[in-house]
Amino acid sequence: MTTVTLANKDVDVDAEGFLKHPEQWDASVAETIAREAGIAPLTDRHWQVVKFMRDRFLTTGSAPSIRTLGKESGVPIKELYQLFPKGPAKLAAKIGGIPKPKGCI
Amino acid sequence: MSATALVPEELLQEEQKPEPIKKVSIIVSKGTLEGIYPGLIMANGARMEGIEANMFFTFFGMDAITKNKMDKVKVATVGNPALGLPALLGIIPGMSAFVTRQMAKKMEALDIPPIPEFVQLLADSGAKLYACKASVDMFGLKQEDFVDTLEGILTVGEFYEKAAGGQIIFT
Repeated sequence: MTTVTLANKDVDVDAEGFLKHPEQWDASVAETIAREAGIAPLTDRHWQVVKFMRDRFLTTGSAPSIRTLGKESGVPIKELYQLFPKGPAKLAAKIGGIPKPKGCI
Repeated sequence: MSATALVPEELLQEEQKPEPIKKVSIIVSKGTLEGIYPGLIMANGARMEGIEANMFFTFFGMDAITKNKMDKVKVATVGNPALGLPALLGIIPGMSAFVTRQMAKKMEALDIPPIPEFVQLLADSGAKLYACKASVDMFGLKQEDFVDTLEGILTVGEFYEKAAGGQIIFT
């Protein structure tokens, strides 16, 4: 684990840059992670996915699958991949300041 | 002293870091539930990592993308010792459907979609779906027998062209 400074905030991240402590996250941290991942600026549609991921993780303790993301986030699968071409679940989790999703689906 | 000792260790590690996989082409050749799912899961997993994915369905693997068969795929209860089912029970009518239902329940609990939904999910994810020309001809099928998301019917040679520059996985 390492501590890095994102948007003037010290945050603890794992080897792949996922936040270790979701409470260290805020919107400017999200914008910074997104920019580093090549997604800038974050649109309302990006935010809808990121917030859904984060809320679901904070309430259930695990990140939703891509299937659930497509069915329940309000953003369909095709658009998810347009918004996050390098992997919607993984990137939305990273930008949302939660750990990397563990499931295979 | 060997020449490599002059190279700083960090640089050496950087050099040896394996190249990430950028593209996979997955062949699905079997028409049982346990024959089809691994390929679907691996293709979906690839897309979720931002890896390009092609799927090539051949022989009975084509059932996964054939409209009137994709929702009827079953677990093989005969000749499948890993199931732990006594061989004689495997042949009882309805046993395959029963075991398939049990497995479907478990998969639903894990959020693994049924095959028709999974194939649509893959197409929406940008995975490219292809049927094998030799198998299509052999079974007397047409483009319209397959899901609308089928990209095309390919010869083996054309499949290798699509797979160029990536990894090929046979299931």
